[in-house]
Amino acid sequence: MPPSNSRPAISRPPHGTRTLETEVLVIGGGVTGTGIMRDLALRGIFSILVDKRDLNAGASGGNHGLLHSGGRYAANDTETARECMAEGDILKRIAPECIDECGGLFVAVEGDDPDFAESFAGYCSAAGIPSEALSPAEARELEPVLSDKTFAAYTVPDATIDPFRITLEQVNQASDVAGSRFLPHTEVIGFAMRDGEILGASCRDNRTGEMFAIRARQYVNAAGAWAMEIARLAGCDSVRLIYAKGTLVISNSRMATRVINRLRLPGDGDILVPGGTVSMLGTTSDRVTELENLRPTVDEVDRNLAEGIAMVPGLATARFIRAFSGVRPLLMAADSGADGRKASRGFSLFDHKDEGLSNFATVTGGKLTTFRLMAEKTCDLVASRLGNTSPCRTAEERLPVGDALRWTTPGFAARYWYSRKDPTDAILCECEMVPKSAVDSIVDEAPGAEDEMTLRAIAVRSRVGKGSCQGSFCGIRVSSYLYDRGIYRSPAGLGHMRDFFAERYKGILPVLWGKELPQAELAETLHCGLMGLDLAEPATVADDETDGGAA
Amino acid sequence: MEFTQNRSYSTRLAVIGSGLAGFSASIFALDRGITPYQIGNTGPLAYTTGYFDLLGYLDGAALADPWAGIARLRAEAPEHPLARVSDADVRAAFSRFCAAVTEMGISYTLSGGENLRALLPAGLSKPTLSVPATMIAGVEALAAREPALVVDFVGLPGFSAREFAANFKSIWPTLEFARLGFPEMETGAEVYPEVMARALEVPAHREALAERIRGAVREAGEVAFVGLPAILGVHAPDRVHKEMERLVGLPIFEIPTMPPAVPGLRLRELFEQVLPERGLVLAPHRKVERLELRDGGAILHFTDNFGEVTVEAEAVILATGRFLSGGLAAERGGIRETLLDLPVEQPETRADWYREDYFDPRGHAINRAGLLVDDAFRVLGPDGGPVSSRLFAAGAVLARQDWVRQRCGAGIALATAFRAVEEAAALLEERVG
Repeated sequence: MPPSNSRPAISRPPHGTRTLETEVLVIGGGVTGTGIMRDLALRGIFSILVDKRDLNAGASGGNHGLLHSGGRYAANDTETARECMAEGDILKRIAPECIDECGGLFVAVEGDDPDFAESFAGYCSAAGIPSEALSPAEARELEPVLSDKTFAAYTVPDATIDPFRITLEQVNQASDVAGSRFLPHTEVIGFAMRDGEILGASCRDNRTGEMFAIRARQYVNAAGAWAMEIARLAGCDSVRLIYAKGTLVISNSRMATRVINRLRLPGDGDILVPGGTVSMLGTTSDRVTELENLRPTVDEVDRNLAEGIAMVPGLATARFIRAFSGVRPLLMAADSGADGRKASRGFSLFDHKDEGLSNFATVTGGKLTTFRLMAEKTCDLVASRLGNTSPCRTAEERLPVGDALRWTTPGFAARYWYSRKDPTDAILCECEMVPKSAVDSIVDEAPGAEDEMTLRAIAVRSRVGKGSCQGSFCGIRVSSYLYDRGIYRSPAGLGHMRDFFAERYKGILPVLWGKELPQAELAETLHCGLMGLDLAEPATVADDETDGGAA
Repeated sequence: MEFTQNRSYSTRLAVIGSGLAGFSASIFALDRGITPYQIGNTGPLAYTTGYFDLLGYLDGAALADPWAGIARLRAEAPEHPLARVSDADVRAAFSRFCAAVTEMGISYTLSGGENLRALLPAGLSKPTLSVPATMIAGVEALAAREPALVVDFVGLPGFSAREFAANFKSIWPTLEFARLGFPEMETGAEVYPEVMARALEVPAHREALAERIRGAVREAGEVAFVGLPAILGVHAPDRVHKEMERLVGLPIFEIPTMPPAVPGLRLRELFEQVLPERGLVLAPHRKVERLELRDGGAILHFTDNFGEVTVEAEAVILATGRFLSGGLAAERGGIRETLLDLPVEQPETRADWYREDYFDPRGHAINRAGLLVDDAFRVLGPDGGPVSSRLFAAGAVLARQDWVRQRCGAGIALATAFRAVEEAAALLEERVG
């Protein structure tokens, strides 16, 4: 076995393309891919993880962070419900700092099916989920936002998880224990194959366009919604996915302490999930065929609200700060339903043996809550193929808490800043109280910090841009600070600012009404009127200046 | 104990709004011997750069000549508010307003001609018509690519001299940057432009800062200009600016900063202080809660610390601004005018308000929503005719313009306020006659 605790060897073949060597190449920097990276590392296996964008750019960053008790699936998918319950318990043990054990309620309101409500406790107990029936009055005492038309309610052990932090922690631990590496913006565009084996992956750095190769002994496809495309690059047709786009809206304050689920079969706008200081309402489910350039729409927001208001009437007048979308990769089955609601939330592991490959595996489907189990099953296969007999340790081993990994947690930055009492540590993001020192630790140490970090990359690794101003002020301040530190040195920094605002805007657009709209108008005044970011691509401003003449 | 009392006033002209359109309307009215009653909330002036743009961009392309741009609007978008004001009136509005502001104590360049290229904080520039005297040296330094030293301050977030220099570098390679501690505010804790600006009204602080700047200039080598964020005083910026230039021994220019920014605070405080001395009855930081149209005019209702106030006016100019200022409100079902529920020209559905791309050079449809007016700037009602012969509108609340993207905010404010006042004055004269 090659040494595990070293950086990969870089060799330059005669044709000039750089080649990285690794034991395992993991494709896809979501929670599953990073979970695989960690699992392998704890078995002593070195890996390179690549993502064509950045960590959690797909479904892992586009969900409501609900750590399901399994109650949602108790009625129609007992196996998934059991898995959720068991995995939730494990995650609460190994990563408590990523989890808010807020609890959950299932509630039925006037118009919902009373028979379904009545059977709920039975479904839960069959799946091993502890639940307790409450009277409507008791439920409304716990959560005053509930509709007065609530007629049935049950408690369940729902919780929430910070999907960004757990991903960062997994990358961090894999890098610490095995020297594994994460390469952002690295897209696999093809495989070299011979005699039932993948010899290497051709990769492109999507920022520079540079082509290079990664040679591994085993290749793991954890590309989530993109897993079918990656499998096809390796000539495998067995991975058949359908895509269900889901859209959520975020309120600017936390409306309930617990997760509130509608007590019925899953539909639009029937879960309200707390996330630190905000709440998220979702989700829609629409079949889509395209994975790129997805954005939440006005119609999806309105559909969520129309349903959510029945359960929590205050949503009608709540202020929303953003919406976002993700795509669920669902395994194709005959009875998946037009919107994908009936497709299994279970996962599948493909060893691709029947397609003649001995060193390629694909894992897809599943849920955020069950990602660790998905990683475990995948790594069992990969390890056995490598002749590694170490058992999986991810269910017992605590995830380490690194300095650069704490900034995604709501409220952490504020507590940290107050406790340090350092007046020179200026707050750059006032909504989420993110100080300079947070940006310092992220650009110095966070996974992916090897390169010039974009504002978007910093936002993925912190709460920057997630507050009620949605980045309109802090984007300017953080960018100035990065220039001050010499990290940005050219108009490319303005480009990062533009990208950051344009990206935030995608989520803001569908919730622009009421109090959010003046905020957006101010933002546009700042970004266009004061900063001039709409005038030209910053890199071409010089030409514009010359042409226009300086009067 | 109850302090509330009901008070009623009457005025010939009520101006609702406290942005550039509202204050310029009051200035133009005072010029004509009309004493207006102006009510407006805290106002958007704190968000301005201090530049007065006439028309800087059309279809995403910079305009060196704003007058040619207005001529194009007349041909291509005749209902754009700027297209409905004659060049002579636009010129009159700008020259009277800039002269009035200069005379009140903040000098502005009087320009009738080409757009100037004015500096923006991140190292870009924009076309504008008129700039404060404290900023004009920056226009000249950029035009001549003169060696300049740009200074920022320890503890001032959001303004980086290094960023400014890095982004101008390709066209202005002689820019140098330095960071200084502001005298007595150099602990590293956050400092605010307004606080620094007020500090610089004290001679000792100017001397201490000038000494530091001189040191930085010596270190930088060849320097012909010094650039600072806009902090040169709130009440007497011209004096502070001249004094600093004398002490440093070089021309100095200010660069706009993020809000709340000093150039806007200067204008607001100036208007609030000087205009009442000239007779304006000003209820600042108040919001008109209700407006009733009557045959002979209108009645305005608002509340101050002592209770309810009503103002009976013979004519009213709505300069209430857009969403940020509260003139328009957006609901899930549509856009509303907030005082009289006047018809708002707007896209059919909420899904049409915005384009997909934030920075789309065409701007967003919602920015062009607003009130429609006739050629006399009287607000149009649902039947297409004026709601009242006595109700006028001016400024950003007007439809069919995009002041942010077209860089025509001051242009629209001044030109339409000028026209609305002309028409209101004619109406009032008629009545008197």
